[in-house]
Amino acid sequence: MAVEYASMLSKHAFFKGLRSEVVDLVAGCAQEIEFSAGQYICHEDDQADQFYVLVHGHVALQIASPGRGARTFLTIGAGEVFGVNWLVAPYRWTYDAKALDDTKAVVLNAVCLRRKCEADHDLGFELMKRVMPVLIERLHVCRIQLLDLYLKQN
Amino acid sequence: MSITAIHKHNVIDMHDMQQLVPKLARVKSCFSDGPDVSTIEVEMADGAPVDYAPGQFNMLTVFGVGEAAISISGAPDGSRLIHTIRDVGAVSQALMRLKPGDQLGLRGPFGVGWPVRAAQSKDVLIVAGGLGLAPLRSVLYHILAHRVQFGVVTLLYGARRPADILYQSEIANWRESCEINVVMTVDHADVEWPGRVGVVTQLIDQAEFQSQNTLAMICGPEVMMRFVASALVDREIDAENIFLSMERNMKCAIGHCGHCQFGPNFLCRDGPVLSYKKLRPLLKVKEL
Repeated sequence: MAVEYASMLSKHAFFKGLRSEVVDLVAGCAQEIEFSAGQYICHEDDQADQFYVLVHGHVALQIASPGRGARTFLTIGAGEVFGVNWLVAPYRWTYDAKALDDTKAVVLNAVCLRRKCEADHDLGFELMKRVMPVLIERLHVCRIQLLDLYLKQN
Repeated sequence: MSITAIHKHNVIDMHDMQQLVPKLARVKSCFSDGPDVSTIEVEMADGAPVDYAPGQFNMLTVFGVGEAAISISGAPDGSRLIHTIRDVGAVSQALMRLKPGDQLGLRGPFGVGWPVRAAQSKDVLIVAGGLGLAPLRSVLYHILAHRVQFGVVTLLYGARRPADILYQSEIANWRESCEINVVMTVDHADVEWPGRVGVVTQLIDQAEFQSQNTLAMICGPEVMMRFVASALVDREIDAENIFLSMERNMKCAIGHCGHCQFGPNFLCRDGPVLSYKKLRPLLKVKEL
């Protein structure tokens, strides 16, 4: 199975260019998972012990606000990842994630991954090099959304 | 330069004078295109056709209120003269209140439009944000009418909310026709929205085009256009093949008054569509 996951991960954009021995290490923490449309994958304040590598489908990241209901602030598609909360204590989800359509992912066990990163800093560094651009991109997206560029300006 | 020299350089001749006088036109039809947005079809009072290129604009006058530059959003085949208007000021509000049969003044068309000839035989990437889809719709009509002349055509469109998406039924038709790839996103959405949420620059990574043989056309808020153009350069589209439609305060529309000056360019005359190669250094100048 780990060989199969290694093959899936090495084809994924997030792990592109990662050495095969490092992919093998990550694949040791992997499991394939499917969600049907409308199914919640995680909830705010739950323990973030999973890191999702999306292979197929779309996932909406949502936050609920009193009086305004839940809002989707970002959608994630195939080739992307979500759940980087696994990397930083206290390892808690800060949003809800819901499958928008039938979705397939490789879920990485974060406890396993954190243990391997602590034992092998090269692995940790490789993963950080991949997580940081995602975080920077999402921070940029968030800034642009906050600017509300399409708002009518008289 | 002395005032005399400026006057010599900036002579208004008879042709210019004629372009400053509005012609009488009539509203043929009008309909809502979402909150605060209306589309009106206009015909000249004398029945004369108006030839224009995709990306050009007209100056529309509501008598007793004022004049505003409005891009043309219809098919450039001379059959229908269509403008999509957003309620942002006194003139646009007055334009949106016009009803079929009402008279208005029209000057134009003005400006340099989209480089549709240069796009022939290339992949075409159209990136629109908000109301920026309006001046790009003319290009889409042109491409759809001459589809075999173009390679892969992709429309990436970002809107504020799902309700703000322009031309919704037409976009659905374009998607179904498979003539062009359409990918949309909105900045903000409630949980009922089944589509993408995020910003339009995020769509660029997965868009399919051959970088060395692609021409890109971008229209939307200036911040959005800056980031889109930059992302396209990252995907190795040459800055010469990236075109932006700029917006400034058009007044005379014939390059004399200077209200729309952007660096060395008068956008009403030299634009509104200019290449990113030309615009890139100017876009870095704050408050320009």
